[in-house]
Amino acid sequence: MAIFLTKDSKVIVQGMTGATGMKHTKLMLADGTNIVGGVNPRKAGTTVDFDGTEVPVFGSVAEAMEKTGADVSVLFVPPAFAKAAVVEAIDAEIPLAVVITEGIAVHDSAAFWAYAGSKGNKTRIIGPNCPGLITPGQSNAGIIPGDITKPGRIGLVSKSGTLTYQMMYELRDIGFSSAVGIGGDPVIGTTHIDALAAFEADPETDLIVMIGEIGGDAEERAADFIAKNVTKPVVGYVAGFTAPEGKTMGHAGAIVSGSSGTAAAKKEALEAAGVKVGKTPTETAKLAREILEG
Amino acid sequence: MDLFEYQARDLFAKHGVPVLAGEVIDTPEAAREATERLGGKSVVKAQVKVGGRGKAGGVKLAADPDEAVARATDILGMDIKGHTVHKVMIAELSPEIEAEYYVSYLLDRTNRTFLAMASVQGGMDIEEVAEKTPEALAKVPVNAVDGVDIKKAREIVAQAKFPADVAEGVAEAMVTLWDTFVAEDALLVEVNPLVKTKDGRILALDGKVSLDENADFRQPGHEALEDKAAANPLEAAAKAKNLNYVKLEGEVGIIGNGAGLVMSTLDVVAYAGEDHGNVKPANFLDIGGGASAEVMANGLEIILGDPDVKSVFVNVFGGITACDEVANGIVQALELLKSKGEDVTKPLVVRLDGNNAELGRKILSDANHPLVQRVDTMDGAADKAAELAAAAK
Repeated sequence: MAIFLTKDSKVIVQGMTGATGMKHTKLMLADGTNIVGGVNPRKAGTTVDFDGTEVPVFGSVAEAMEKTGADVSVLFVPPAFAKAAVVEAIDAEIPLAVVITEGIAVHDSAAFWAYAGSKGNKTRIIGPNCPGLITPGQSNAGIIPGDITKPGRIGLVSKSGTLTYQMMYELRDIGFSSAVGIGGDPVIGTTHIDALAAFEADPETDLIVMIGEIGGDAEERAADFIAKNVTKPVVGYVAGFTAPEGKTMGHAGAIVSGSSGTAAAKKEALEAAGVKVGKTPTETAKLAREILEG
Repeated sequence: MDLFEYQARDLFAKHGVPVLAGEVIDTPEAAREATERLGGKSVVKAQVKVGGRGKAGGVKLAADPDEAVARATDILGMDIKGHTVHKVMIAELSPEIEAEYYVSYLLDRTNRTFLAMASVQGGMDIEEVAEKTPEALAKVPVNAVDGVDIKKAREIVAQAKFPADVAEGVAEAMVTLWDTFVAEDALLVEVNPLVKTKDGRILALDGKVSLDENADFRQPGHEALEDKAAANPLEAAAKAKNLNYVKLEGEVGIIGNGAGLVMSTLDVVAYAGEDHGNVKPANFLDIGGGASAEVMANGLEIILGDPDVKSVFVNVFGGITACDEVANGIVQALELLKSKGEDVTKPLVVRLDGNNAELGRKILSDANHPLVQRVDTMDGAADKAAELAAAAK
């Protein structure tokens, strides 16, 4: 088992025929992902060849779902068109939409999140501005490199892409059940708490690594959730202790305003919930290793 | 991007929020004509992106055009909490004020929705109101799809308990303020104070607007609002090259890939600095996913051009990008800089891990560049970079 994504997931790619979509569709196929189609109204009816695998292009998400039984969509649509693409996925009621696109305006992400709610949240949204998620050995929906780790019993949830890779690599000998990059934007679909709840319920996950960064109060709320609902060991890491107040550090969400949202406050909240928090990514990996290997 | 008051005023006026006349000037003499245009009296207001300018003497009344010139002379060049005043707004005198209120819209990250905030206790620091008398600050969620029409605005005004005689006027202002928030892709629009004048008008006397730079593709007018003069020259040069760079106070130059990893690198360097003369990271620089030789060269050029930098730490985790490409990028970047006549004398510590790390490390070893040192763990490399910076300090 795994969370949100398995070998049985049937994946479509919105924006597959663009340069980024092409590159990553090829990589996802190489990782064993069952990609059943792409979506592009202007190229509907054609197929795209990926090293011998013919992937059909459909005119809409709804059509792709009807013809292939797709249940996951990965979006590589440029920021200006991302809102319309996510709304299309929500209207088609696809169970999971993974929004890789970086640089979406907050008014757009707030709008599609509100729209998803008004439609009864039938579509789980991951991202935007995220690397997607991977269940090693089974399926890869996004841009996480598939060959830096192996299947195993650690669950990972992270706001940051490269820190996800770093952690997967440091613990590659133990391996991961699933790793979910939730993204660092101010408005995201799936949160730390959603992933923690799923890992807690997943019998094949023995330990959870949670990576956070400055901005917002998602880590503090996750700490509260862990204290009340998570029985599995959780190891944490928070980036941004030295980030100055009021400056944006790459991720639109990574900004400290006033006293809330600081790395120190997040670390304190996590430790109060019994989470062991590493000072560096390497130390965090070591803490996870100590718990699993005794 | 945070705007100046005069820019916020202009956007409010554009979308129908009631404001007083005002224009921005940057020489004392221009205050005369601007004041004449307002009928001979004005308020001279320092334009700085920081609160508390009234207390600092940055807001003065002028009874005639000569006095406006004198006050503008006083205020231009003044230092307010570390911000030098380069511009003043010459504003119309407000009619006599009866009451001061507060209204704003912003993003509520926690609930992933927008939030309207309103209070009849305006004119002071709203964080103080929120802390001392939280019951006096109404917080009303606003659904991004539904927005704020007059009905919703009346609900906000009712929750904030505005007096009956101003309720409708404030509600109308709340609708136009929402229009500003949406049409301009703002992250924050705030009016403090919103006033009721003795002659019964509702006016936005001061405001803050912060804009979402991710929306620049559909906001062609926003580029002109950027305060290019105030930007740090290194930050401006980095922006011109599309680099995600923030100047900091320390001595260790940082280059990495991915915002989270770079933030983490800053922390690890700061910890290592505790053992090495308290050196700190000199900057944040995220070169993103596909670190080509050109992007690496652009990044190195910015960082080596920072006189505060004593050593450089290149911290790359090869995900999709392979480390051999990154290593080639570093070697080529150093050659490129040398061929451009740049004086490259600062030591570089490079840590490569992940995809094709062995190959990348071999390329660096083979190149045998006298300034480049390879350390293969993040914590170890940070320690080495801090040590080198401390030695050169």
